[in-house]
Amino acid sequence: MKALKAIYLRELRAYFLSPIFYVILVVFQVVTGFFYFLHVAGYMERSMMAARNPMAMQVDLQTMLIGPVMLNMAFLMMIIAPILTMRLLAEEKKSGTLELLLSYPVSDTMVVLGKFLAVWTVYALMILLSSSGLGLLFWLTEPHLPAMLTGYLGLMLVGAAFLSVGLLASALTENQIVAATNTFPVLILFWVMGFASFVAPPATGKVLESLSTLTHLEKLNQGLIDTADLAFFVLFTAFFLFTAIRVLEAKRWKV
Amino acid sequence: MIEVKGLCKRFGANLAVDELSFTVQRGEILGFLGPNGAGKTTTIRILTGFFPPNEGTALVGGRDVLEDIMAVRAMIGYLPESVPLYSEMRVGEYLHFVGRAKGLSSKQAKQEAGRVIEAVGLGPRTGQLIGQLSKGYRQRVGLAQALVSDPPVLILDEPTIGLDPGQIVEIRSLVRSFAGHKTVMLSSHILPEVEATCDRVVIINHGRLAAEVDLRTEAQSGAGLRLVARGPAEELGRLVAAVPGVGSVEPLQPPPGEADAVGFIIQAGEDQAVRGRLAKAVVEAGCELLELAPAATHLEDLFLRVIGSEAAADKEAA
Repeated sequence: MKALKAIYLRELRAYFLSPIFYVILVVFQVVTGFFYFLHVAGYMERSMMAARNPMAMQVDLQTMLIGPVMLNMAFLMMIIAPILTMRLLAEEKKSGTLELLLSYPVSDTMVVLGKFLAVWTVYALMILLSSSGLGLLFWLTEPHLPAMLTGYLGLMLVGAAFLSVGLLASALTENQIVAATNTFPVLILFWVMGFASFVAPPATGKVLESLSTLTHLEKLNQGLIDTADLAFFVLFTAFFLFTAIRVLEAKRWKV
Repeated sequence: MIEVKGLCKRFGANLAVDELSFTVQRGEILGFLGPNGAGKTTTIRILTGFFPPNEGTALVGGRDVLEDIMAVRAMIGYLPESVPLYSEMRVGEYLHFVGRAKGLSSKQAKQEAGRVIEAVGLGPRTGQLIGQLSKGYRQRVGLAQALVSDPPVLILDEPTIGLDPGQIVEIRSLVRSFAGHKTVMLSSHILPEVEATCDRVVIINHGRLAAEVDLRTEAQSGAGLRLVARGPAEELGRLVAAVPGVGSVEPLQPPPGEADAVGFIIQAGEDQAVRGRLAKAVVEAGCELLELAPAATHLEDLFLRVIGSEAAADKEAA
């Protein structure tokens, strides 16, 4: 456990010492802020229309403003997650520090988990820092706090899923760029997979839809907790982390 | 303390380690030699559990690397050849991390970091970024991390590479000071260093055990003197053999470019005065004395003989 904590803290520290991290942080804040502005403007327009004609449409803060803003964050994170994770194992494999780290009484599982928790913490921090806009809503109006927190839970869970894919890609190679470029298409594929249900035969469509990260995020995003969604994200993340551990071991066995 | 039996490791079709067996006693300093690509690093990586062997067993402190690798790792301090370190960390911070990773509490890790910094002479560099250190200091940080938590077994892969002569002497005496209470496996290409530091030597070639030498007994015999002179070969041979104190005389290939010169390897035991008598005898006989020096060290000689004879055997086989 001490070793896990040591790896976690070292990795966390490494992020804050990396200039790339700050660039990503700022880009994420700016883009999220821009989306927030757009959604607030759109929401204002809709609420004015609704005020003129209350019968025709209803306004709801969670599904029309908070949810979409968070969904945008998740989409952005799909692009950022591969950049956050690409370094994690690829760099240590290339520089040889992994060999030294594994000569201590440290297991591959501890290495992968320590690094995963570190990057997940960084992810959480980025989400938290970009939440000032949503926080502002409490001053302006009355958002439903449990629904909003459920949305955040969704963000954290989908983030864990993204990061676990990135970690596996990083375990597969010594080249960070390769790790990132391998992660993007996988994440996008799992995001859009559910769209196939419009055209695919119903049975296939159902399967594809239930494998899609977006499908499971949507309900949480609207403030609904369904154990099926929670189970999906936990299993998805566990599967990719487990595979990353196995790959890390197996790659050494036949160098 | 370390027991390797019938170890085999294949990488695809390439057999890196082939039926290797050797042991290292508790408190012994073992020189682990072999030409590049002989399988030294592969053997070391099996011992640290970086990958498992295909066949055979390796025990460290009685624990099997396949069954109880965490216990084995807890006993080993390892310095890899390339000295991979986190360049963005500071020296003290890094050694503290190593202590934590090795399972020490934060307080213990701090103490250990202080102790090893002292032991390898890194004091003034504690706050410096590892990436900015010179090769010699990086090497010391590498050695320091191996010493953290005071493991009973040390595996050092080329520990003095890239150091200046002063630092080499320091590190050597540090390693030497472990004799008796730590088991050390020292892999090196620098044969005089191995001779100066190690109790025993294992030479491997093509993944197989090529020779095992106990330096504590063998070193005493000495390597003899190398004498090169210009003059009639037969007469010189008789002359040299007649000098008092000379044991055996073996002819030696004359150095290239001096085809008319004659060379001998002379065994004279511990008698230092024999050198003066030899020089005098050669000159008084009217011959030119070209060279008189200690012959190549025993280990170097042995190493080249072992590796050379295997290479010759390979050539014949091919």
